[in-house]
Amino acid sequence: MIGGLFIYNHKGEVLISRVYRDDIGRNAVDAFRVNVIHARQQVRSPVTNIARTSFFHVKRSNIWLAAVTKQNVNAAMVFEFLYKMCDVMTAYFGKISEENIKNNFVLIYELLDEILDFGYPQNSETGALKTFITQTGIKSQSKEEQSQITSQVTGQIGWRREGIKYRRNELFLDVLESVNLLMSPQGQVLSAHVSGRVVMKSYLSGMPECKFGMNDKIVIDKQGKGGEGATGQSIAIDDCTFHQCVRLSKFDAERSISFIPPDGECELMRYRTTKDIILPFRVIPLVREVGRTKLEVKVVIKSNFKPSLLAQKIEVRIPTPLNTSGVQVICMKGKAKYKASENAIVWKIKRMAGMKESQISAEIELLPTNDKKKWARPPISMNFEVPFAPSGLKVRYLKVFEPKLNYSDHDVIKWVRYIGRSGIYETRC
Amino acid sequence: MTDSKYFTTTKKGEIFELKAELNSDKKEKKKEAVKKVIASMTVGKDVSALFPDVVNCMQTDNLELKKLVYLYLMNYAKSQPDMAIMAVNTFVKDCEDPNPLIRALAVRTMGCIRVDKITEYLCEPLRKCLKDEDPYVRKTAAVCVAKLHDINAQLVEDQGFLDTLKDLISDSNPMVVANAVAALSEIAESHPNSNLLDLNPQSINKLLTALNECTEWGQIFILDCLANYTPRDDRESQSICERVTPRLSHANSAVVLSAVKVLMKFMEMLPKDLDYYGTLLKKLAPPLVTLLSAEPELQYVALRNINLIVQKRPEILKHEMKVFFVKYNDPIYVKLEKLDIMIRLASQANIAQVLAELKEYATEVDVDFVRKAVRAIGRCAIKVEQSAERCVSTLLDLIQTKVNYVVQEAIVVIKDIFRKYPNKYESVIATLCENLDSLDEPEARAAMIWIVGEYAERIDNADELLESFLEGFHDESTQVQLQLLTAIVKLFLKKPTETQELVQQVLSLATQDSDNPDLRDRGYIYWRLLSTDPVAAKEVVLAEKPLISEETDLIEPTLLEELICHIGTLASVYHKPPSAFVEGSRGVMHKRLPARTGSGEGTECPDVGNAAGGSAPEAAPSIIPSQGDLLGDLLNLDLAPPTTTGPTPSTSGMQMGGMDLLGGGLESLVGTLGGDIGGSPAMGAGFGAAPAVMPASLNAPVGGGLGDLFDLGGGVGMPMGAYIPPKTVWLPAMKAKGLEISGTFARRAGVIQMELVLTNKAMSVMTDFAIQFNRNSFGLAPAGPLQVLTPLGPNQTIEVSLPLSTVGPVMKMDPLNNLQVAVKNNIDVFYFSCQYPISMLFVEDGKMERQVFLATWKDIPNDNESQFQIQDCHLNSEAASNKLQGSNIFTIAKRTVEGQDMLYMSIKLSNGIWVLAELKVQAGNPNYTVIELPASEIAAQINASEFKQQTDLNINCSEETVN
Repeated sequence: MIGGLFIYNHKGEVLISRVYRDDIGRNAVDAFRVNVIHARQQVRSPVTNIARTSFFHVKRSNIWLAAVTKQNVNAAMVFEFLYKMCDVMTAYFGKISEENIKNNFVLIYELLDEILDFGYPQNSETGALKTFITQTGIKSQSKEEQSQITSQVTGQIGWRREGIKYRRNELFLDVLESVNLLMSPQGQVLSAHVSGRVVMKSYLSGMPECKFGMNDKIVIDKQGKGGEGATGQSIAIDDCTFHQCVRLSKFDAERSISFIPPDGECELMRYRTTKDIILPFRVIPLVREVGRTKLEVKVVIKSNFKPSLLAQKIEVRIPTPLNTSGVQVICMKGKAKYKASENAIVWKIKRMAGMKESQISAEIELLPTNDKKKWARPPISMNFEVPFAPSGLKVRYLKVFEPKLNYSDHDVIKWVRYIGRSGIYETRC
Repeated sequence: MTDSKYFTTTKKGEIFELKAELNSDKKEKKKEAVKKVIASMTVGKDVSALFPDVVNCMQTDNLELKKLVYLYLMNYAKSQPDMAIMAVNTFVKDCEDPNPLIRALAVRTMGCIRVDKITEYLCEPLRKCLKDEDPYVRKTAAVCVAKLHDINAQLVEDQGFLDTLKDLISDSNPMVVANAVAALSEIAESHPNSNLLDLNPQSINKLLTALNECTEWGQIFILDCLANYTPRDDRESQSICERVTPRLSHANSAVVLSAVKVLMKFMEMLPKDLDYYGTLLKKLAPPLVTLLSAEPELQYVALRNINLIVQKRPEILKHEMKVFFVKYNDPIYVKLEKLDIMIRLASQANIAQVLAELKEYATEVDVDFVRKAVRAIGRCAIKVEQSAERCVSTLLDLIQTKVNYVVQEAIVVIKDIFRKYPNKYESVIATLCENLDSLDEPEARAAMIWIVGEYAERIDNADELLESFLEGFHDESTQVQLQLLTAIVKLFLKKPTETQELVQQVLSLATQDSDNPDLRDRGYIYWRLLSTDPVAAKEVVLAEKPLISEETDLIEPTLLEELICHIGTLASVYHKPPSAFVEGSRGVMHKRLPARTGSGEGTECPDVGNAAGGSAPEAAPSIIPSQGDLLGDLLNLDLAPPTTTGPTPSTSGMQMGGMDLLGGGLESLVGTLGGDIGGSPAMGAGFGAAPAVMPASLNAPVGGGLGDLFDLGGGVGMPMGAYIPPKTVWLPAMKAKGLEISGTFARRAGVIQMELVLTNKAMSVMTDFAIQFNRNSFGLAPAGPLQVLTPLGPNQTIEVSLPLSTVGPVMKMDPLNNLQVAVKNNIDVFYFSCQYPISMLFVEDGKMERQVFLATWKDIPNDNESQFQIQDCHLNSEAASNKLQGSNIFTIAKRTVEGQDMLYMSIKLSNGIWVLAELKVQAGNPNYTVIELPASEIAAQINASEFKQQTDLNINCSEETVN
C-alpha cells in the first residue's frame, strides 16, 4: 500500500510530507526531488523506481504530488487516489497552489490522516468529509450527530446524509460533451469519438430515489415496438461509467440507471460514443510551400449543424514553422493574430451560425535555415462550443421519487442543458 | 492571518522560543506553537528536542490540536521511546471516549507508533475497538491489526486478533468488511501458507455482496482479494464473473482494472465453446477503451496493462486499433505505449491505416518516439507479409528526408526486412548506399556493412565502400569491426580476384593489431578456413541463413501469466514479477492462472485452488532446491578447484522432466531473439565451432580432415564434428533475477566444452561471474574460470565456452548424466541442473586393437548385453561409420553376412571404461540393430537406451527399442 505522500513546490521544496509505513524514510523525499523534479530530461514516466522504491506522481499547475511505496501496490488505485486527493483539496480551499497549500497545511494533514489509513484509501467523498473535518473542532456535536457522521462515513450511502430539506425541490442536468476528431488533410476521418458527462446538480429533500432515462439504443430497441417513433434518434453508447451512487448491478441486468444522488453537484455518468457523431465543424487546410522562404496557408471552416443554432468561442490554431519571420493574415470573419511565442496563428470568431463557411488565408515568411530536418507540420486544432450534444444523446426523463416525504415527481423543477465542446479536434495539414 | 507564515521562521534560537510558547498558558498560543513545530518537521528540521513539551499539549479537548500532537508523536516516538510512554495514558483514555471519532483517532494513531512499550498497551483497547458498536471505530481497528502485525506479528497471533479480523468479514457494515479484507490480504502475504483468508464459496459470496455496497476503494480491496481465489469449477467461475462484470462500468479506473483482472483470471477456467465466454470477451473491450479517456497517468497504467492483455488474448481488442492512434498532445510515455500496442494489433486488415499513422509519427519531434515509429514500420513489414512492399517504400521515403536518426533507424530495420525476405527488395540498396556517410551510430553502420557484404555481388563498388570503413577500423565499435570482417570475407568469396588485398588487410587488422579476443578468433577462423579449403569457406560463410520470425519482443509465457494475475498493480506497469522490485518476503509468491477444469471433476481437485492461489510455490523444476549446506558450500566458491560436497537432491530425475515443459516456451523465444539480431550472431555461432575442429583434424589420426567434416555437415554449412545437441535453456531468467542461461555441451579437439549463453534480462549490470559443479558421475569439473571479462549490461548476451576436465570428484548421479551447476554473479548464486550427452565423454583414443576387441567381446558376460533398433536411418554402413567416427565411436571391423553389414565398434569413456557395440545394417532396410556390450559393470549403467540415444542423435533419425 501507499507508504508515504509528499507534496512539493516547483523548486522541489517539501510542503507536505506524511509517511504511513515504516519502510519509507526521509531519504525518499530527497530521492524524488533529485531524480524527478530536478531531473534534466523531460519526465518519461509517471511511475519511477528509484532504489527499489516506487514513486507515483501527478502535477497540478506547478505543484507535485508524489505517492511512495516499496510494495507491489495497485498502481491504478494510487493514481485514482492522487486525483481524488486533488479534488478534495480543491473542494476545501480552491486552487491547488503553493500559497493555498501552505495556508492550509494543518487541514491537509488532518485530511491525509482521515482519507488514508496505513496507506489504505478510506472514504474520500467531500460531502461526507465536510461533516466532520471542519477546522473548528467538534465540541458542539451531540451524540446523535456524531453517530450520524460515522454511519455516513462508513455507510452504504456514504455520499448523502439524511434529513436534507429544501423548500423548492429543483434539479439541473448538464449534458457536457467533448467531441474529438483526427482528420487527414484529405478530409478523411481517422478517428472520432465523443466523450460525454452527465453532471447533475440536485437540491432535493430527503432521500430521493431517482431514475434517469436517455435515448440509449439498447433500451429503445428493447421497448421499441414501433410505437414511440423515437427509434431513429437512438444512439449507440460504446461504454459508460457511473458515479458510485448508481446501482451497477441493476444497470447490468436491466440497463436502467437508478440512484440516490449526493446533495449538490455530482458527475452522474460518463460515456463514450463513436457512431453517427455530428462533427460540428469541418476544417479544410491548404498549405503550399512557395520556394524555401515562403509558405501560403489557406484554411476554410464549415459549420455543420442547424442554421438556427449558434456556435460560440470558436478558435482555430494554425501552427507555423519555428523559423517564421513574419506573417500576413486576411480573414473573412473574426480576428486573427500571429503569436510568435506559441508558433501559431490564432483565429478567433465569437459566434457562427450553422451551415455557414468562413475562410482565412495567410502568407508566412520564413528565415532561411540550414536545418536539414523538415518542419513537422503539427495539426491544425480547433476549439468551440455548441448548444447541442454532438453524440445525439437526449435525456428522456429523470424521475424522482421520495418514499418518506412524499413529494411527487411533478413538484420537482427540472432543467436540462446540452453543451458540446471541442476536445482534441485536429486536422492534419 | 494565514498559516503559511509558519514555513518562514528560520531564526536562530527558534527551538527555545517554541519551547516557551508550547508551555504557554494561552490555548491559542500553544496551538500556534504546535503548528510551527509541524511546519518545521515537514521541511525536514529536527524538532525532536521539543518532545516532552509537545506531548504535554496532548491533554486537550481541541481535536485539531490533538491531531497535530498525534502527528508529531508518530514522527518522533521511535527516536524517543521512553518519552513516548508518557502519551500512553492519554491514548488509553481516549479509547474510552464517548465520541466514536476520538476513539477511532486514538486507536489509529497508537497503531502508528512503533514503540514496543506502547504496543503492549495497545492490545486491550484494540480488542475493544474491534468489537465497538460504531462501524467507524471497527473499520479503523481492522486496519490497526495490520499495523500491529507489521510491528509484532507474533503478538497479533498470540492475542487472537486474526480470528477477530476474520469475523469482521461477516460484518454488517460494508466498509468494515472492505478494511478487514485489505488487512487480512496484507497479513496473508507475509504468511504464504497460512490459509488466512480461507476463501471458500460462502466467504466469496459475502465478499460479492459487500462489493455492491462499499466505497470505490473498498471495491478495489475486495476485487484484488477475489483475484487470489480459484473457483472449484467452471460453473462457480462463471457465476463469480457474472457478479463482477457490473464493476466494469464504475467511474474509478482502478475498480475497472481490478475487475478486469478477476475476469481475465477466471476466464481461463471457462470452456471456450461456452456462449458466456464469448459474451465476456465482448464485454471486456469497451471498458478497456474507456480507460484511455482518463487522465494521462492512468492512461499510462491502463496501456501497460492493455499491452499484457493484448498478448494474452489478442481477440479482445483486435477491432479497436483506432483508439490507440497517437494524439499530438499525448505525453511521451503515453505515445510510446500506444505505439507498442499498435504494432501488436497490426494485421492484414488494418495495416494500411497503421502504416499511414506510423509515417505521420516518423516526422514528429521527440527523437525516441520517431525512432520507435520507424522501427515499428519494419516490424509491420516482418509481421504482415502483404505489407512488406509498402513498408519498404515508406522507409525509403523516410530515408529521403535525410534526418540523421531517421535514416539510421530505417537502415537497421531494412536489414531485418532483408533477413526476412531475402532477394526481394535489393533494388533499394543503391539508395541506402547514398547515405553511407551520414551513419554515425554503430548499430546502423553494422547494419549497412552487413547489407553491403550480403549483396556484394550486386553492388559494383562494394569493395570501395568497405574499404572506406576500413580506414578507421580501430576506432569502430566491436559490433562494426566484426561485421566488417565478415562482410569483407563475404566479398572476397564472391569476387576473389579484385579483393585479395582487401581481405588480407582486414585479416591482419583483426588478428594482429586487435586486442579483442572475439575479433581475433573470428579473424583466425576465416584465415585458416580460407587458406585450407576455400570451397568449404564458401559453404560456411555464404551459407543460407535461417529466416527471422515475426514477433520479437513478446513477454515470455510464464511471466505473462504471472503478470496477468497482477493486472492493475506495479508489476503490470513494470512488466516484471513483484519479486524483481519488492524487498523481503512480500509479494514474492508466484501467482499463476488457474487451469481449465470441467465441472464434473471440479469437486475432486481441491489442490488446484491451493496451487494457483500461490500458497505452494513449487520448487522451480530445473533448479536444485537450495539446501542449506549446499548453499554454504557454493557461496564461497571462487573459481577454486571444485570441491563441492553437497548432498544429492533426490528429485533430480523429476527435475529434468519439468525442465522440458518449461524450456519449450523459452527456447523458442531465445531462438527468435537470436535470429533477430541479424546475420552476425548466427555466423558467429557457426564459426565458434570451426577453430576447435581444425586442430583435431591435424592431430587426431582418425579424423577425416576438414573436407570430411564438411561433407558430413550435409551442406548445412555448419562444420560438424561430434554431435552437438541444440542449446536449451537451463536457467530461465525468471528464476535467476534476470540472468538467463542456455547452453549445450560439445567435445572439441579432445576437450569437453560447456557452451553457455548468458543473457542479462534484468535492468542492472551483472559482473563477477563464477561457476562450480556439484560432484557428478564422471568427475566433470571446470578446467578454468568462467571467462566473462566485460560486465554484462541489460539485454546483453554473451557466449562463453568453458573447458571441462574429468578429474573432479565422482559421485553417481541419477540419471547418470545429470550435472548440477551453480553460477554466481554480483547479484546472487543460482542453481540449475542439466544433462550432458554421454557422447561428450567418448575419447579420441577409443579405437581398440582388433585382437583386444575380440578377446574383450568374448569376456563380457551376456547379462551386460542390450539390444535395440534404430529406425528410418537412410545412411549406408560406410556413411554411418564415418559419421559415428566424428563422435569418437570407432569402427574396428566390418563384415558382410547375407547382405547385412555388421559393424563392430568401440568406445572409450573418459574414465577409461570401454563399450563395445555391434551395428547391423541391412542394405535397403532403414532399420539398424545395435547390440551393445559394456565392458564393465559400471559401464552397464550406460544402458541400452542411453547408447541408443547417442547413436540415434548422431545419425539423426527416430528410433524404437526392441528390447
